[in-house]
Amino acid sequence: MKSKIWLIIKREYFTRVRNRTFILSTILLPLFILLFVFGTAYLTSKSQGEKQKIAVNDQSGLFKSSFRDKANIEYDFTTEVNENNFAQKGYTAFLFIPENYSSSGDSIKLVSAKQINIATQDDVKDGIDEAIRNKVFLENHIDKKLLDSINKVKPEQLYRFSAVVNKGNKTEHSNPLLSYGIGFGSGFLIYFVLIIYGASVMRGVMEEKTNRIAEVIISSVRPFQLMAGKIIGIAAVGLTQLFMWFILVIILLAAGTFFLSHGLAANTDSLQAALASQQGSSLPSEFLSAKSTFLSANWLLIIPCFIFYFLAGYLFYASLFAAAGSIVNEDPQDAQALTIPITMPIILSFVLMTAVISNPDSTLAVWGSIIPFSSPIVMMARIPSGNVLPWELILSIVLLVGGFTFTTYIAAKIYRTGILLYGKKVTLKEIGKWLFRKS
Amino acid sequence: MPLLELRNLKKYYSGHKAVDDISFEVSGENIYGLLGPNGAGKTTLLRMITGIILPDEGDILFQGKPFDPMNQIMKIGYMPEERGLYKKMKIGEQALYLSMLRGMTKKEAVKQIKYWFEKFEMQSWWNKKVDDLSKGMGQKLQFVITVLHQPRLLILDEPFSGLDPVNSNLIKQEIFNLSKQGTTIIFSTHRMEQVEEICNKIILVNRGKKILDGDLTKIKEDFKENIFKIGFSSTPDYFEPQSFDIIEKKDLESFIRINKGYHPSDVLREYLDHGASIHLFNEILPSLNEIFIKQVNEIQSIPAFSEPN
Repeated sequence: MKSKIWLIIKREYFTRVRNRTFILSTILLPLFILLFVFGTAYLTSKSQGEKQKIAVNDQSGLFKSSFRDKANIEYDFTTEVNENNFAQKGYTAFLFIPENYSSSGDSIKLVSAKQINIATQDDVKDGIDEAIRNKVFLENHIDKKLLDSINKVKPEQLYRFSAVVNKGNKTEHSNPLLSYGIGFGSGFLIYFVLIIYGASVMRGVMEEKTNRIAEVIISSVRPFQLMAGKIIGIAAVGLTQLFMWFILVIILLAAGTFFLSHGLAANTDSLQAALASQQGSSLPSEFLSAKSTFLSANWLLIIPCFIFYFLAGYLFYASLFAAAGSIVNEDPQDAQALTIPITMPIILSFVLMTAVISNPDSTLAVWGSIIPFSSPIVMMARIPSGNVLPWELILSIVLLVGGFTFTTYIAAKIYRTGILLYGKKVTLKEIGKWLFRKS
Repeated sequence: MPLLELRNLKKYYSGHKAVDDISFEVSGENIYGLLGPNGAGKTTLLRMITGIILPDEGDILFQGKPFDPMNQIMKIGYMPEERGLYKKMKIGEQALYLSMLRGMTKKEAVKQIKYWFEKFEMQSWWNKKVDDLSKGMGQKLQFVITVLHQPRLLILDEPFSGLDPVNSNLIKQEIFNLSKQGTTIIFSTHRMEQVEEICNKIILVNRGKKILDGDLTKIKEDFKENIFKIGFSSTPDYFEPQSFDIIEKKDLESFIRINKGYHPSDVLREYLDHGASIHLFNEILPSLNEIFIKQVNEIQSIPAFSEPN
């Protein structure tokens, strides 16, 4: 008996792993993500790379010292340009500062031919704010020299900051950004697996049913063995894919470290600048320190939990997908209608995760991570924060194991009958009868 | 001891009696035709015999012992009506997989697959996919997969539907061969003419009940109506027949029914006495179709026979 389910697992596994789409998706998906991240960074850097020339007509005469040229923004104080001819004179935008600007009266106006980018607009506003602040200081008799030296102070150079979590006997570095990243990443991966591999289970069952091969096989093995073999085989495919992604990430990470720590970075100044301006600091040091904090995360807890929630969440939903596949009757619309009630909770869990990830201790987050429908995704978003209490984790695990045992049990009952039923639309009432029938 | 014995088998589906108290047995080198219109309960019956579903009531005995599908399935070969194969799987691997699921060892399975592939000239198919095969080729493959574990009992549900005459004949010959080698065969169909051609025993079912079973020739004897066909070289003079009634009369042919208490020789004598010259005298046995319709009509009106799909 055991060897029969093993045969099924092997078939499900190898036919999928040898498939071209599996190999392509395994290699291409991480590359696509990488390409997307670096691609957007590159495009942003390129758009910022274009020099923004801004003509300023300052009738108040207060602003000149506050607008400093940046790498790609140039301010030109002139009275010869107006809002109708700035484009012809080669300016990106025209800033008009009236003599008597006020919050209720004349406004300071920035005119551009095209939508101006956010960074430039922010720089202009920063300049205005600084000039006005200086004016207020001076009006209140603060010495100009003193003011200049205050303005030169960079607070972040005057202190060191460390956030720690005090856990009674030991303290740990707090890194909310890292927790966020790991939590979101693993939550997303599980979401992805549930949807993609769940659908794969369903398609497999439908194939066997519509091909009528189920009938040939059910005469040799029990329906439950066929269903379980398929689910386990596909789970193994998922683990394989995950493992390969893991290896790929390690390789890319190693390559990244090498790339950034060997001065090659000089060639990609603008790219770094772009990434840096998005993240608010310079990239190589951020990357390297991120790598060390990355290793500081509690991987000994995260990895086993991830594998558990990955598999248990998959088992919870895969058997439901199998049951749905077994009652479909060739009509693809049937399949759609049956998938919706199963994918809805998965999508809702994902939405819930994005809502609770920045606040992993809220009541919503705690209960979302305990109830089996959403726990695989939501719990993984919470675990990296280190704030999950032991009882929450244990309750969540127990409920999820109970949950997938229950879904597998009812799915097996539906599957057993559904897989051999042809040409008939199944009503909910009938499914109810199958559930309560003795075997 | 019969190979397979069914005792008072019943299977109900939500109030509808798919199989309602059917008993029969099969054994020996016989080819049984399981006959009945669509919806008569044939498929349900076969699914119980192959262990796919369990009967609600009744017993199935296989070689004298209660049927244990998981362990005895090796002795049964079942080709379902709606046959199926994995479309994207290579044919050789598929045959191997399905044989091993039945319980064959890999070595044994490979040997048998090679033997049958050679026999049916399918060697070049090993690495092809089912998708690449025509419907008839697929059916040949399905047949091979059904028989390659050398079952004692072979169950074929509509094995010829969709087959061209050449392949049809190939499989028919193979059915005869297997039967000669001692395989008991149950052949389910609603096509009566195929049964007359292939089977020597029949089991008639309708609306979940068995109507009739037994030897095909004996059943035909039992249901014969003493109808004869006579061919004339020259027709007789007009006369009032004593020993028979004329059912149908054509130029040089007549169909007659012999009256009770008379023999065919009485008919011939009467004709010869009236100057007829006869070159053909043939008993017309009822076709299975006629027997079936007659039997069913005695119980209730039957649904029209219809082609699958």
